[in-house]
Amino acid sequence: MYTWIWRHLPGGTALKSMQALLLVLAVCALLLFVVFPWVEPKLPFNEVTVGG
Amino acid sequence: MDDTEAGRPRRGRHAPEEPTDRVAAPPPAADATVRTTRVPDVPQDDDLPARDADPRAADDEQDSELDDEPDDDASDRRPPRPARSRGDLVRTGVRGVGQLLVTAGLVVLLFVVYEVWITDLSSDRKQDALSQELREDWGGGSDDPTVPTLPGGGLSEVPLGEGFAFIRIPRFGADYVKVILEGTDEDELVEGPGHYVDTAMPGEQGNFALAGHRVGKGSPFLDLDQLQSGDPIVIETEDTWYVYRVVGDDDPNGVPAQQIVLPTDVSVIAPIPNGPLDGPPGGAYLTLTTCHPKFSARQRLIVHAALDGDPIPKADAPDGPPALSEG
Repeated sequence: MYTWIWRHLPGGTALKSMQALLLVLAVCALLLFVVFPWVEPKLPFNEVTVGG
Repeated sequence: MDDTEAGRPRRGRHAPEEPTDRVAAPPPAADATVRTTRVPDVPQDDDLPARDADPRAADDEQDSELDDEPDDDASDRRPPRPARSRGDLVRTGVRGVGQLLVTAGLVVLLFVVYEVWITDLSSDRKQDALSQELREDWGGGSDDPTVPTLPGGGLSEVPLGEGFAFIRIPRFGADYVKVILEGTDEDELVEGPGHYVDTAMPGEQGNFALAGHRVGKGSPFLDLDQLQSGDPIVIETEDTWYVYRVVGDDDPNGVPAQQIVLPTDVSVIAPIPNGPLDGPPGGAYLTLTTCHPKFSARQRLIVHAALDGDPIPKADAPDGPPALSEG
């Protein structure tokens, strides 16, 4: 998977590293600001009330 | 054809790629097609694919030794690709699964980071906004219709999601102050401690019950288990301070200072904690609920406090009651 991505990034090693870093950051941002806020209310360990 | 037969094993036995390339590249037509099917995407000018091809070359060695004999007559119809590519497929598959598992682990770690720290950031921002809003409402006098005040200084029904009071717990630090919102749905709790609708309001007879997150979302009730009998919990409304103290052994109704209950045990927020839900009040209690143990929804940690002394008008104590400097 990662080898495949690396092979398909254009440019030399330095350019590839930059792009890889950008990709990692983009994925992290997507997870932190879109996926996690969406998935979190569906998980059980946030319940702090009684009776609910 | 002969070139192919000769070229393939040679490429395998001499692991380095370059000599093979130089030998194999010049011959035209037939040989060229075999080359392209075998190594489809190796740009010659890039260093990485060349390195990547090395394991493949090493693999060639084993494979070619195995299927040298059948190839001699079959290579015409079927190039020796399938056997090798099956091995490659398995290796690629296994490597892919491994990478997926590692990635999944990292994603879970990132989720923990999100839960514990990132949600704090947004909750802090919301708390700041709420706090500012509430201060402005209070500063603006009584013309704000959102939080109607009762003649006795209590609060009537507050709209869901509306901040209406501050809670201070000196044991958690002098800077511990949170806006309390009406309602205990997730929408309210991400912003701060929430007031159980239909329980008493600050200072009223009955049970002023609050829920708050333990880990993440500003972690308002992270250290709830550290509270000890006699610790003050100060509630600030528009014009009054209410000082509650965590109950001791001498509570007239036998209410414990701290208990751990099942999530279904709603009697902890009854007018008299652990009493009947619709029973008459027997004092002015404050109850805090959060999850227990940390990171779990298995149980609830409950802390009970009772009103200590009379409400203190803010006009008499603009900087708060003396209890604030305890702890």
